[in-house]
Formats: sequence, C-alpha cells, structure tokens
Amino acid sequence: MSRNVIVWAVVIIVSAVGGALIQGQIDQKSAPVAAKSEPKSAPAATTPAAPAQTAATGGTLDAVRQRGSVLCGVNTGLAGFGIADSQGKWTGLDVDICRGVAAAVLGDAEKVKYTPLTTQQRFTALQSKEIDILSRNTTWTLGRDTSLGLNFVGITFFDGQGFMVRTASKVTNAKSLNGATVCVQPGTTTELNLADFFRSNNMKFQPVVIESLQELTGAFVAGRCDAMTTDISGLVSIRATQAKPDDFLVLPDVISKEPLGPVVRHGDDQWFDIVKWTIFAMIEAEEKGITSANVEQMKSSEDPAIKRLLGVTAGNGEALGLKEDWAANVIKLVGNYGESYDRNIKAQLGLERGINNLWTKGGLVYAPPVR
Amino acid sequence: MAFWNDRHTRGVLYQVAALGGVILVGGILVSNTMDNLARQNIATGFRFLTREAGFGISEHLVDYSPADTYLRALYVGLLNTLRIALSGIALATLLGIVVGFARLSSNWLVARLASVYVEVTRNVPVLLHLFFWYAVVTQAFPSPGAALEPITGFFLSNRGVAISWPGLGVPTLDGFNFRGGAVLSPELSALLIGIAIYTSGFIAETVRGGILSVPKGQLEAARSMGLTGWQVLRFVTMPLALRAIVPGTTNQYLNLAKNSALAVAIGYPDFVSVANTTINQTGQAIEGVAMIMAAYLTLSLLISAFMNWYNRHVALIGERS
Repeated sequence: MSRNVIVWAVVIIVSAVGGALIQGQIDQKSAPVAAKSEPKSAPAATTPAAPAQTAATGGTLDAVRQRGSVLCGVNTGLAGFGIADSQGKWTGLDVDICRGVAAAVLGDAEKVKYTPLTTQQRFTALQSKEIDILSRNTTWTLGRDTSLGLNFVGITFFDGQGFMVRTASKVTNAKSLNGATVCVQPGTTTELNLADFFRSNNMKFQPVVIESLQELTGAFVAGRCDAMTTDISGLVSIRATQAKPDDFLVLPDVISKEPLGPVVRHGDDQWFDIVKWTIFAMIEAEEKGITSANVEQMKSSEDPAIKRLLGVTAGNGEALGLKEDWAANVIKLVGNYGESYDRNIKAQLGLERGINNLWTKGGLVYAPPVR
Repeated sequence: MAFWNDRHTRGVLYQVAALGGVILVGGILVSNTMDNLARQNIATGFRFLTREAGFGISEHLVDYSPADTYLRALYVGLLNTLRIALSGIALATLLGIVVGFARLSSNWLVARLASVYVEVTRNVPVLLHLFFWYAVVTQAFPSPGAALEPITGFFLSNRGVAISWPGLGVPTLDGFNFRGGAVLSPELSALLIGIAIYTSGFIAETVRGGILSVPKGQLEAARSMGLTGWQVLRFVTMPLALRAIVPGTTNQYLNLAKNSALAVAIGYPDFVSVANTTINQTGQAIEGVAMIMAAYLTLSLLISAFMNWYNRHVALIGERS
C-alpha cells in the first residue's frame, strides 16, 4: 500500500506543477488578445475629437479620458518641485507638467490626482500602472531608461550635484573634502556620484546614509557630517529653511549632471508623445512670448509658428490624438515654461534661471519645432 | 480493503493534495509575475549581483570599496546585520538579567528603579529608542576637533567613540575625522544601545517570571540542607528557572534580530539598508525583497535552532524528548 501512496503523490505533484506551467502558457497567449481588444471598445467612450486611428496605439490616453483625470506621481514634499500646501493644493515645476498634460488632454489643469512617492516607491508605482506620469525630480540615466521598462520624456530642469558645508569649517571647494563624513540619501544617483567623485580624485570619505531627508538634514546640522550632498537645487532649498542660513555654504563645485524630467511607461508611444510635446509646447510658448495672460490675443497673431502652436492652423492636435487647442489650453491654464519656473523655482528657492534659461538666452532649454 | 478506505492513507493523500495546491498557487504566482515583468520590459534575474555596486558603505568588517560588486556589498550588509544582532543579543541579555534580578531585590529602591526601567523601556516604541539615542550621540557630544578625552586615548565626539587599540594604534585627529584606533560609530552605538535597552526590558520580565516560577518548597528544601544563598541560586534556582526563561527569551532574541532592520532609519548600513539601495539602483525589487526575506528567515531559524538546542540542554532529564 505504501507504494500506492508514493505513486499517487508523484502523480499529484507532477500534475500540479504541470498545471502551473500550462496556466503560465495560457496567460502568455491570452495577454496580447486582451491588449488588442481593449482599444476596440475604448473609442466609443472617448471624446468625438479623438481620431480613431491614433486611439488604437495605446491604452493610457483612453484610460485617462475614461477616468477624467491624470494620475501623477510626485515628490512627498520638495519646495519648488512638488509640495502640497495646508489646503492640499499641489504646486511646483514637476506638478505643473502633470497639470499641463491634464490641460492638453482633458482641457482642465485641475483634473490631476496626485500620489506622493518616495525615491524607493516611484518606479514601481509607474510600472504597476498606479500612475500615468512620474513627475518627481527624477534623474535621467541609461539604466533607468532601459532596464526599468520606462521612458524618460525629456528634461524639465537641468540640475547638478553639489555639496553644502558649515561656513565655520573654512572648506571652500569640494577637492578639500578628503576624509570627510558626508550625509547622503540612499537609492539616488547622488549616492553613486558621491562615490565616483571621491574615487576619481583619489580621496576617501565616510557616507552616512539616512532615508528620510528630515532625519538626514538633522544629522548634518547637528554636526554628524562634515558635508551634505544632493542636487544643488535641493541644497539651496534646505539651506533656505535653516534658522541661520549663513552658517552653511553651498560649494561652487558641480560634480555631476542631473537632468530631471518626467517618466512614462515603455510601450505606449502615443502617451509618451503627448507628455513630451506638452513640455515642448510650454518651452516654445516662452520662446514665442506667449503667456497665460496673452494667449487669447496671440491667437490672432500673424506668425505661422504661433498659429500652428495655438491650433489656429490645424494639424498638430490631430497628429497627437488631441483637440487642436491642446497647447493653447496648456499655456492658458498652466503658463509657459518661464512662468512655471519663476512661480516655483525662483519664487520658492530663489534660484535664478542659469542653464535652465532658453537656448536663445544662453541656457540649455530648447524645444524642437512644433509643426 | 481498497487503499482509499484506509484512514491513514487518506490522511497522507489529503496532505499531498494540499501540498500540490500550494505548489500550484505558487507556480501560478511566479509564472504570472515573470510573464508580466517580461511584458513590461523590466529586467529580472540575479545577474545584477556581479555588476559594480558603485556606492559607498561606511562600516565594513571585510574590505569594501564602491568598485566591488553588489554581491560583495550585500555580504558586507549581512555581516553588519549579524554584528548588530549578536552584540545586541549579548548586551540585552546582560542588562535583562541584571534588571530582572534587581526587580526581585529586597532593597526597595533597587526594586522600584528596576520596575521603572522595565516599564519605560518596553513601553516606548523601538524606533523612538533609536531616534532618541541617535540624537543623544550626535547632538550631545562635541565635534571631533573639540572631542572629550576623559581617559587618555579614549575620545568621545559626535563621530562616535575612538579608542586606542592594540594593533590599530592611537586615534589622532587628521583633517575631518579620527584616524587609527578602534572606532564605534554613532549609528552603531545608537542602534546597539537602542535595541539592547528596548529588548532588555522584556528579557528582565522573562527572567523575573522564570525565577518566581521556581516552587518555594525547592528553595526551602535547599536551604534546609545547608546550602548557602549563592549555592541555592547556582544549583537550584537557576537550573529550574532557566527552563521557564529560555523559551521566552528566544522570542525576544528573534524580535531583536528583526528589529535591527530599523537600522535604516538612523543610517547604520545593515542588510536591509544595503539591499534597499541595491533595489533602487537596479530596479529589481522582487529579487531584492526576496533576498531580504531569505536573510532574515535564515537568521531567525538559526537563532531559533540554537535556542531550542539550548532549551533541551537545560531541560530536566525526565522532560527531555
């Protein structure tokens, strides 16, 4: 009888494992079918302005239209980029990107649902479709652009990593930090750049790695670290909130490139295009002198580039799968890039435009032709 | 009789069927996850372990530089976790035994103080213990330039404790920090003190309970045979009390080992901290979390196995199984 038991056990285990494998096969086969069937039913629910041929390429736009809101992943609270006030109203340069996309797609910049995310949660939230756009001062790197299954849309802020020290320490440049203890947040490109900088200069350092920015700043202010490192915009923001900002000095050295920008999922090219051209429209508007205040007058401009941008000359909207007034809505409801920068980065952090000025004014901000 | 009418065989079959069900569900979960990740172009597998880590780790018991691999970085983190778990267990046990006995003291003041210690330590969340001790270490002590030196070669500053140590030399201030000597960092100090004190409150109560569980008759019998107070403790009280103390203490050891993962809050580079950074840099959360789970499961099972062995060792002969 014991032999019988063994035979039965083997049969059951084999069939169970086999069943699991077959199940996996079925899922793989059924998946593309499900993906294809989705857009078929979707156009019925979309606004009439959406041309049918573009709706077939991706799911995010249809999902946003059906839901009536854009799901936006933002910082848990970083002045100038993404921070909620006491009424729960979100402001910031990163927040404005999501508001711009909502204005372009839905014609209403307020139809955004915000999800505050830590550095550790941000990519998973986007991968698992909890959000449509990740707009959270995220540095564009090759690794993130490829192995995470994500696409970086563009650059909305050119940042660079720097160091902040105590003024009393008499340190005036980063090269004299050999042997220093440095406070840094984990899971960031900052942590890697820090190690690279000290390695390439044959210098030694001791990292103190704390996840919460508040705890980390507290440790630095208390003297646990000789220097604190993060993006310069962040250092300026932290210095400005100290009781005595003059006790701290942001060193002039910039040790890395930190191009920050929004991220979307791989594989939905239409949504990728919409977010990308929303940003370009904001940049182009600044270059052409179109602001939230004068956008209506500008519609009667004779400049063909302005007429195309504002949808007076049709074509751009249809190409993106949006209404022709998409860019006009972005500018009217959110403003051009310069307006957003001044309202957020300059007003809240006191940072001048610098390399974030338009290419026509000596900066790096540049948009391809909107035509 | 057909075998399916046999009660024992049927029992075995039910168990096999249940196991099969678990394997089936597990198989579906794994295959669906892999499938979904592949469809979203998200990298999977453990190949990243051989890539260069690129980040620094402040405390390492073995050589480590940012040029080493993720595997090496995780190994450094694992050793740091073992270091804090073992030293924490030792310190918590020592404190717990002292306080447990103190609470039974006939001296009113000692007993009351021990009671206050127990109530305060075990009723404050462990995370607050850590923040408190970290704040004490970093805020209360001066900068390295103005370090306190109560004994020659013993320096106290907000960079931790630096001590002269044979073979490691005398600590000297060189630039920003001390060089040479043995250094106990603020993060390790705060974590060790925090989790050891927190756990010692629980261990003290287990010890007190164990001692109180020894039947009064045993003690009276021992004394009537002419044993001194120390001999009663050594040969009668402790052997009997340990049987009640060991299982409860095992739980506290397991809690301590798991609580050490809170190190991430105050910047001690334990396994969770290093694995979190790895997850962030590689984006491979499933593999990273699986490794964290495997590491803590292994650590807990090892502690548990050791304590079970010790428990059998101290059990009465008749009760050993």
